[in-house]
Amino acid sequence: MATGEEVKVLGYWSSPYALRVKWALKLKAVEFDYMEEDLTNKSALLLQLNPVHKKIPVLLHNGKPVAESLVIMEYVDETWKQNPLLPQHPHQRAIARFWAKFVDEKEGEEQEKAAKEAREHLKTLESGLEEGKPFFGGESIGFVDIAAAWIGVWGEITGEIVGIKLVDEEAMPLLTACFQAVLQTPLLKECLPPRAELLEHSKRFRQKLMAAAAAST
Amino acid sequence: MASHGVVLLNSWVSMFGMRVMIALKEKGVEYEYREENLTDKSQLLLEMNPIHKKIPVLIHNGKPVCESLIIVQYIDEVWNEKYPLLPSDPYQRAQARFWADYVDQKLYGALRKVLFTKGEEQEEAKEFVDVLKVLEGALGEMPYFGGEKFGYVDIALVTFYCWFYAYETLGGLNIEAECPKLIAWAKRCMERESVSKSLADPHKVYDFAVGLRKKFGVD
Repeated sequence: MATGEEVKVLGYWSSPYALRVKWALKLKAVEFDYMEEDLTNKSALLLQLNPVHKKIPVLLHNGKPVAESLVIMEYVDETWKQNPLLPQHPHQRAIARFWAKFVDEKEGEEQEKAAKEAREHLKTLESGLEEGKPFFGGESIGFVDIAAAWIGVWGEITGEIVGIKLVDEEAMPLLTACFQAVLQTPLLKECLPPRAELLEHSKRFRQKLMAAAAAST
Repeated sequence: MASHGVVLLNSWVSMFGMRVMIALKEKGVEYEYREENLTDKSQLLLEMNPIHKKIPVLIHNGKPVCESLIIVQYIDEVWNEKYPLLPSDPYQRAQARFWADYVDQKLYGALRKVLFTKGEEQEEAKEFVDVLKVLEGALGEMPYFGGEKFGYVDIALVTFYCWFYAYETLGGLNIEAECPKLIAWAKRCMERESVSKSLADPHKVYDFAVGLRKKFGVD
């Protein structure tokens, strides 16, 4: 890393999108300062750096902000060239971008989404993995793995709350194995939020959503 | 074969498909154009995009690429000798990706609301105009998004321009009055052959939209 490089990440402890950014930087061995945002009381800094969406994560590199987790991941990949996240070949890059977008569209954090539908999308995601290759990135963790493996944790928690197994080893063996392999990697595992707290947070979030839904009917 | 193994599966009215057409024209890539009937999708489309079953799909040497912005990036990476669509600097590229993503996230949804509600619904029209104003702000005083050169964000957004007549007429809007700089930008883009030859005729788009509204029982 060049001397005088300043890398900051504005995030939230339970956000899988912030997790993606931490993972990307860790895999590249880029040192960064992490700043936890209070999403109920957003900082002036966040509102200044991401005035359009007012959301985390935001990457701040030498004072310049980048927002949107997948955009940040591409920026990180292009700025720090070691351990490339995206493949070299344009067609493979297109496939990686396709699956990352699929995860965003279909597996977004909205817990009001029917768990059964989410399960079906995970089975589709499984089809992006090749038998014999542990990761979407092939032999090593890549762009889609970073974009998707949070589902291994968050999906399990949602499944526990709603009583449906989302990441099902029988129905999606390759995906289950891939997520586990990513989540067990020490460098990445240490970024995960504590499971018990995440479970409580998810339960409260879900209650709020259901209350809001009931109030609007 | 003149098309050098490049096929585009598209629907004439899709602003997403038009993005791909502009990109291919900018790069001077010859291709075979295939119009899809979206009420009776071809076997080829279902095979090439089994997950979403949507157009546009670019088929290059038999391999499919799906999702319009992903296709435009693919085109930029494969035919990379001339006319770059994305900037070379990583930070500028991130800004370009951010704004193209914004168009997809915010504009399309707002437009669908205008399209599928009765003209008196002021909320939907306001939301749509608000999004356009944010984009106009991002353009600033530059001739194109990101600077002096026509590129990625321009391609992502300008294809909606041929739908403006339909939105204005159906939504009771005057977009030029609300966002004059954006309309000036769109007209500037239309001076490029790649854009003027790729965008559909606004009156034909309007007729299509009217038909769609009837079909979905809006009118």
